[in-house]
Order: sequence, then C-alpha cells, then structure tokens
Amino acid sequence: MSKQVKQLDRVIIRFAGDSGDGMQLTGDRFTQESAVFGNDLVTLPNFPAEIRAPQGTIPGVSSFQVHFADHDILTAGDAPDVLVAMNPAALKANLGDLPKGATIIVDTHDFTARNLQKAGYDANPLDALGDAGSQLGEFAVQPVDLTGMTIEAVKEFGLSRKDAARAKNMFALGLLSWMYGRPTEPTEAFLAKRFAKVPAIRDANITAFKSGWNFGETTETFAVQYEIKPAPMAPGTYRNITGNLALSYGLVAAGVRSGLPVFLGSYPITPASDILHELSKHKAFGVTTFQAEDEIAGIGSALGASFAGQLGVTTTSGPGVALKTETIGLAVMTELPLLIVNVQRGGPSTGLPTKTEQADLLQAVFGRNGEAPVPVVAPQSPGDCFDAAVEAARIAITYRTPVFLLSDGYLANGSEPWRIPDVDDLPTIEPGFAEAPAVAEGETAPAFRPYERDEATLARPWAIPGTAGLEHRIGGLEKGDGHGNISYDPANHDHMVRTRQAKIDRIADSLPPLVVDDPSGEAKVLVLGWGSTYGPIGAGVRRVRKAGFNVAQVHLRHLNPFPNDLGEILRRYDKVLVPEMNLGQLSLLLRAKYLVDAQGYNQVRGLPLKAADLAQAIGELVAQAEGVAVDLTPTSSKETVQ
Amino acid sequence: MTATDHSVGLGIPGLRTGTELVPALGEGETQSAKDFSSDQEVRWCPGCGDYAVLKAVQSFLPDLGLRRENIVFISGIGCSSRFPYYLDTYGMHSIHGRATAIASGLAIAREDLSTWVVTGDGDALSIGGNHLIHALRRNVNMTILLFNNRIYGLTKGQYSPTSEAGKITKSTPMGSVDHPFNPVSLALGAEATFVARTVDSDRKHLTAVLAAAAAHRGTSLVEIYQNCPIFNDGAFDDLKGADTKADAIIPLEHGQPIRFGVEGSKGLVRDTATGGVKVVEVGDGAGQTPVGELLVHDAHADDPTTAFAISRLTDAGVLHQSPIGIFRQVSRPTYDDQARAQVVTASEAVTGDASDRLASLIGGGDTWTVV
Repeated sequence: MSKQVKQLDRVIIRFAGDSGDGMQLTGDRFTQESAVFGNDLVTLPNFPAEIRAPQGTIPGVSSFQVHFADHDILTAGDAPDVLVAMNPAALKANLGDLPKGATIIVDTHDFTARNLQKAGYDANPLDALGDAGSQLGEFAVQPVDLTGMTIEAVKEFGLSRKDAARAKNMFALGLLSWMYGRPTEPTEAFLAKRFAKVPAIRDANITAFKSGWNFGETTETFAVQYEIKPAPMAPGTYRNITGNLALSYGLVAAGVRSGLPVFLGSYPITPASDILHELSKHKAFGVTTFQAEDEIAGIGSALGASFAGQLGVTTTSGPGVALKTETIGLAVMTELPLLIVNVQRGGPSTGLPTKTEQADLLQAVFGRNGEAPVPVVAPQSPGDCFDAAVEAARIAITYRTPVFLLSDGYLANGSEPWRIPDVDDLPTIEPGFAEAPAVAEGETAPAFRPYERDEATLARPWAIPGTAGLEHRIGGLEKGDGHGNISYDPANHDHMVRTRQAKIDRIADSLPPLVVDDPSGEAKVLVLGWGSTYGPIGAGVRRVRKAGFNVAQVHLRHLNPFPNDLGEILRRYDKVLVPEMNLGQLSLLLRAKYLVDAQGYNQVRGLPLKAADLAQAIGELVAQAEGVAVDLTPTSSKETVQ
Repeated sequence: MTATDHSVGLGIPGLRTGTELVPALGEGETQSAKDFSSDQEVRWCPGCGDYAVLKAVQSFLPDLGLRRENIVFISGIGCSSRFPYYLDTYGMHSIHGRATAIASGLAIAREDLSTWVVTGDGDALSIGGNHLIHALRRNVNMTILLFNNRIYGLTKGQYSPTSEAGKITKSTPMGSVDHPFNPVSLALGAEATFVARTVDSDRKHLTAVLAAAAAHRGTSLVEIYQNCPIFNDGAFDDLKGADTKADAIIPLEHGQPIRFGVEGSKGLVRDTATGGVKVVEVGDGAGQTPVGELLVHDAHADDPTTAFAISRLTDAGVLHQSPIGIFRQVSRPTYDDQARAQVVTASEAVTGDASDRLASLIGGGDTWTVV
C-alpha cells in the first residue's frame, strides 16, 4: 500500500499516560531519534511529584512533549499538534491544551467503565465520536487498541499479560516513529542494551516497537506519513542533552580546567538529584560525591572541602537553599570558593516539586543576614547549563566567593541538541593557591596575612592546609582588614562590608558586553529576560518581528553583579518588558538599580511561558511605544513562525 | 592545672593509626607547646575549664609529632568554639552546630590532614545533633572534643541538652522540664567506634585520652567535663573533691575489673535482672562481691551493649557519679578511606589525560555531525 507523504516544517507531539506507563521513556526515545535524524528540537517533560499516584487518575498523569522542526526553534511549543493518550485520564487532563484540528491517538484498551469513572467521565467520549456536538468533534481522533495489539504481538515470549501490556509504550513509539519517519536503529539498540539481562522483556519491547511501526505502515487508519526535514545547524558534532546532564558535565569540566578535584556535598531533592547521580559516576575525574545527612551538611562538607583546596559544590532546590543559607553567609565571610546549584522549582515551601519556576532570584541575591553579596549566574537553555557551570566556577575560584548557579526544573529535565564544545576552547581557571613565603637563612617569616587582597580582583589568598608558614584561622566573626584576626572595630567593619561588596561588583569588569539582539536598530521596545525564559521570549520576539514590527531582546546570564553596560542599554529603549516565571523579581532589581520603568510579564503556573502569550504582550507594548495598531499575523503567510 | 598522681589510667596502648597518612616531623625537628600557641589573647572567663583543656592540647600536640601545617581545628559556636583562634594551626571557627559537617568534608578531601573538631554540649548535641550522630556512624577520621559544661555559656546561662531536669536558669525560672541526654550513651547508640569521657581538671587523663583518640582511625568522640565558673559552677565538684572523687568517678581501664570507691570498695557487675550493670560492694563478706566476679572492662568489644550499660551509670541529675575513660574503641573501615579508595580505583581504571577523557565524556551518547 502506498502512503501519502506530507511535508511539515515542525510538529509538537505530547505523549501522555499514567505514571507507570513509561511516557517519559517514550518521549525521550522519540527525542533521541529526532535528534539523530537532525531536527532541531526542544522537550518538556511534565510529571507528578508522586512516584505512583493512584493509577488511572488525573493526578497520576505523566506527559512528555517534544517539539521538532526543520528550522531553529526555541521552545517546546505552546500547544501539541498530536496527543498520544494512553488512558481516559491522560485524554481528559490534556484535552484543554489542544488546538482545534489536533490529532489524538487514543489507546482504547483502557477506556473501561472503571477507568472512565476514575478520570471523571460519565460516558465514554469515544462512543460519541461521530455525533454532532461530541466533545472530541473538533479533533482528528484515532482510536487504536494499542495495548491489545501489543499483547498479541509479544505473546510468543511467554510473558504474563501484565508484563506484555507494559510494552505498549514501545508500540506507541513505533507507530509515531513510522508516522514521522524517525530512524529506528537507535531505539532498537537502546532496548537491546537496557534489557540485555532479561531477554524476554528485551525481545518483547523490540517486537512491540517494530509492530507499532508495521501497524502504521500497513493499516489504512493512518493514510499519511509526515516528513520533517533536518534543520540547518552550525557545523559541529551534536548530541541531545538535558540541563541536569549538561550542568553535571560542566562541573566535571570546571574540575578539569582548574585542576581541582570536585567535591559535591548534597542531599537528594527534586529536581536536582540527577546531578548527584551523574557526578557519582565520574570518580575517575577525581570527583567525590558525599550524600550528606541533610542540606546543611551538604553545603558544610562542600565548604570544608573548599577550605581543603578542592572545588566545593552543593546541589539543591529552593527549600534546600533555605537550609543552606547560614553556611553561604559563612562562605561569604571566609571568602572561600563554593558553588551552590539551585535547580528552582515551584515554591514557597514544598510548593510544586516537579514543576518549574524562577522565584528564587531574590533569595539568591539577598537571602542572607547582613550585607552578604553573592554572585548569581543563570543558564538560558539545557545545553547552556554546561557553560554556565564553568562560568560559575570561574567566578567562584577567581574571586574566592560562593556563587549561585540558578537553573530550573524546565532546564533540568528539558532537552535540546547541543553542539559539543572543544575542550581546548573552554576557559582555563587558575586556582592560584597561596605559596609559603621564601625565608632567608636566619630570618623569620613575616606573619601571613590571609585577608590581604589582590589589587585587580580584591580576592584574598586561598591558603590551603598543608602549606607550611601559612597557618591561619578563619571564621564567621568579622575579620580585621589584612591580618584577618577577629575585629570588632567599627571602622574596620564598615571597611570590610564595603570591600566584600566591592569585590563582587568587580566581577562585572570581567564580563563580556551584553549581546543586544536588535536587527533593525530601530526598536523602541526591549524584552529583557534571564534563565529558562530565553526560549519562549525568543520565540515571542520572532513572531512580533515576522509581523513586521521592531523589538529588541537581551538575555542576562549574570544577575549579580549586572554587566556594566546594562544600564546604558536599558536607557536606549522607550519600553522595557521583563517576562519572568515569578511576580517580578528581576523587574524589581532593575527598577531599584537603574530607575527604569521595567514592566513585568509574569506567570507562575509551574510551566514555561507560552510564546504566543508573550508575543501578544510584546505586541501591546510595541503598539503603545510606536502609537500604531499591532496585528501579529505574519507579513508573509508562507513563512513559518513558532 | 598539673597532672596529679591520682590520675585515672586508661589501659589502652597508644596506636598511631589515626594519623598514619599525615606528614610527620623530619629527623631532628622538634616542636613545643609554644609552636602551637597563636598570637591571639585568650579570652575566656577567669577560672574557665577551657583554659586547662587548651593548655593540655597545646602541650599534647607536639607529642603527636605531626607537621603543624597539617593539623586543622574546626569549631562551631559557643565559648569552647573560640579554641582554634588560640592554636597556631590551620583552623576555622564556623557556625553553630555545623563543625562536624564541615570537618567531614575536610577530612574526606584530604587524607594528609589531622582533623579536629571542638564543640560544646549546645553546639554538638542541640543545634548540631544531627551532624554529630551521622559523623559517628559514618566513622570519618577525625577527633571530636565535646566540651560539656551542662549549660549555655556564651548566651549567658540557659539550660542545655545535658542540664539536669529542674534546673533553674534564665530561661527556666520555675525549673527546666526538659529531660537531658548523655553524650556517651548517644554516641554509643550511633555506633561510634571511639567513645571516651574525661575531665578538664585531670590533665594526665585528658592527655592520655587525647592521645588514644588521635591514634584511633575513625571518628573519636571525647566528652570533656568542663566547669563553667560563671553559669554552672561546681557542676563537677563531686568528681574533683578530695573527699568525693573516689565514690564519684568510675574509672574504666581496658582489661581491668571496674572498681571504684575508697580503697576500691565498689565495683560493677552485670545485672541479670535488667540486662544492664549495677554497682556492688566489693569484698568477701556477706552481701559483698569478690573482686574476681567484677565486670572486666572490654573497650574493644564489638557489641556496644555493655559499654552502653556502663554509660547509664552517669547521673542524669546533679552529678554524683560518672564513669570516666574509654568506653569503646573498635576498628571499622572509615568513610573517608573508603570514599577515597573508590576515587583511586576509578582513576586507576582509566587511561589518558583528563582533557581527552572529558572530550570523550561530553562527546558520548548518540551524536550526529553537521558539516
């Protein structure tokens, strides 16, 4: 049977099922296939905090969205073109996100009376498909007994019915892989490796995967196959990578480039634990991982390791930062290098453990007693977590200071193609330990001054135990300038408070100029963001530009100190829009420091911002600034925007 | 304070395994107490027990024969935590309760350092209780000196987790209703490998315990009874008074029957009724127990049950009776040795320089090349 092949420039697919249905794995495999195929892509996993919420219920729904395209894209997409729903709850939970005309592939097997009831359906929505006024009438629904066909396909392996049914996610993956012309070899190789020790399960999964593909190819239900050509990308070797993996690699790289052993002191917490898991695999790089008894011991041990001359790192999320706060203050006072990685999640308190948010910015900048400045660095995309980690380490080591690295749940679990950097191109970081003074025969060494500062950086010496002649005591009490002994002198305290601040301010001198994306040079509106909003902001800006309007974009990597040219850039524009997944924390800082009328665009829904909403908000501001009506319909209708 | 002839012996020969990997002084090099005294003025209240401990430590450190720059003292917050400022070694006066956590990182990072923690009853047992028990169970190679004065001194006299119930303090004007715990029982419960108790006023015993603690490879907990002359003066008087000390101190010497009291008139036996131990009158008369039937102290017993039972003879209220010495000293692999061994094993299993290996790591997985 010959099938029609239709060209598409981009597709958004959401795989949704029960927490136990393997949707994350399915989505991840589809992503890897798309990456190897050469599409640009962005992913958005979304799962409940409960490991196994009650089966078949709405709270138990887990989903994975992947957006892939033949061109450069920036977000996981606002609305799925295709929903794969493995049970009634998955259908119900995701229906509201679908645009008219979206395709829904439903596993009919689980649409039993009991499951329908658990999902809150009075009647089976699939029964009314052809009827006028059906709630699914606006969509192209494909009811398929995925589970039944899977069980049938794998019966030769003698698995229990339950185990056989578990391969249904691979059947679904096979079907979607056929629909979108994905390469199958990576997934077959993956399954062979993953289940190498249980041949029956391995063979069942591979068979289910192939059966899904074959089903798509042979059945008349699916008449069309889609083709999304590879996206043009800059030359280089790529891999798909999540933010937590890139951040872990960045920490390993920081160790290699500084020559320092990395010491991670950490306590498990969602969504940061994967960094602990990953780093624990890299002992061959001299990485020590210490799973401490609590968050406080996590950072305490890391600070102890820093005092000992290693690169101390602690990884956590917001609630953990709250506990680590006092030790961060000690690191500020003792002026030792330390990395604090906060993979932000919804707050306050326990909040939304598996959802994303950017509401810990002010906590990072200010959340300590006393005047305790701490540099803050934020990655803008999953792959960028690598470079941001190296940069945070550079600042920590060069300036002898704790540094916050603010990732978030979206970056942590989301993925994108990442151009693998050349190790030789990474910055070299110089620890520059203090050396014992040379003393001539018969002379006594001058007393070591642990708080004497480097003229350029204002950093103090890092004198590690084991160095004769540099024995000294540090601690949380105020230090006398230079000699570092306890000092309660009023003038000294004033001097030291200002000096610690000046040291952090000096970091700005080491930063490159900001990149201002203002192609026409005539924009009156600037959109300024930080962290994971980079994708949605960029996509929103593109839409506005495609509609023929001017808008400028700047994205901040350094939140403390701000780059030296930020104030001047802000003043160039009539309007400044600051989109954030909080109630306006960066806007507050900008308004306070630069006296600009920064306007917030704020959402705290635990999800990434939507490009369409942002485009709307930008458009409104452009209309105000330029006194024109703004219609966001692309000026050239054949051009595609996302 | 000088050593007295009435000092309590320990019965355990000094081993040096705890400091085995720490660089020692070279041939002909010597150190004295003066080398370990910093230029900072010591600022404790007159009569504070901390002075005696500081002197003992400064005199004892040269005996370790280690290079001064390889010794690190980490403290928390409290009167005793000022200790590192007065020693000319590396030191950190950290934050309340966290010294054991910070020292754990330091000790894991560097096998060539002799790591010491100085802490108090509030610092280690109240705000830092969690870190203490976990350090003890992990057995990180370090020595914890827990100064127990049974009161909060630096905050001016509130009751501590070791203060007796009913204690009248600034925060408990009608008497404390808080039940105290016993640091030695706690440490044994946490499966510590070295647990000892000593007294600030017995320099010789204190020094001997320090030597044994430093020699122990693993976490050594040394509880030091320390008098606070301002807020809890006399808390340990019964252990120090010429008339009372014989009955108050139950000396623990490895391999010796546990005997105390004037002329050894009292001793310990197992109490079959409770499973614990009890005090008996020693002698051959009616109702007395012959010396041969007394409990012989075995600090190296793998099972901590008897050591725990002995620790329960410590008065929880006003202190009239307390066992002193090494309750337990057993060998168990240390956390830090094992953690470092894993790094070494992993490092030895790979070849090539770190940059090349980093390139392979980040370039691993499914990749594709765009030309």
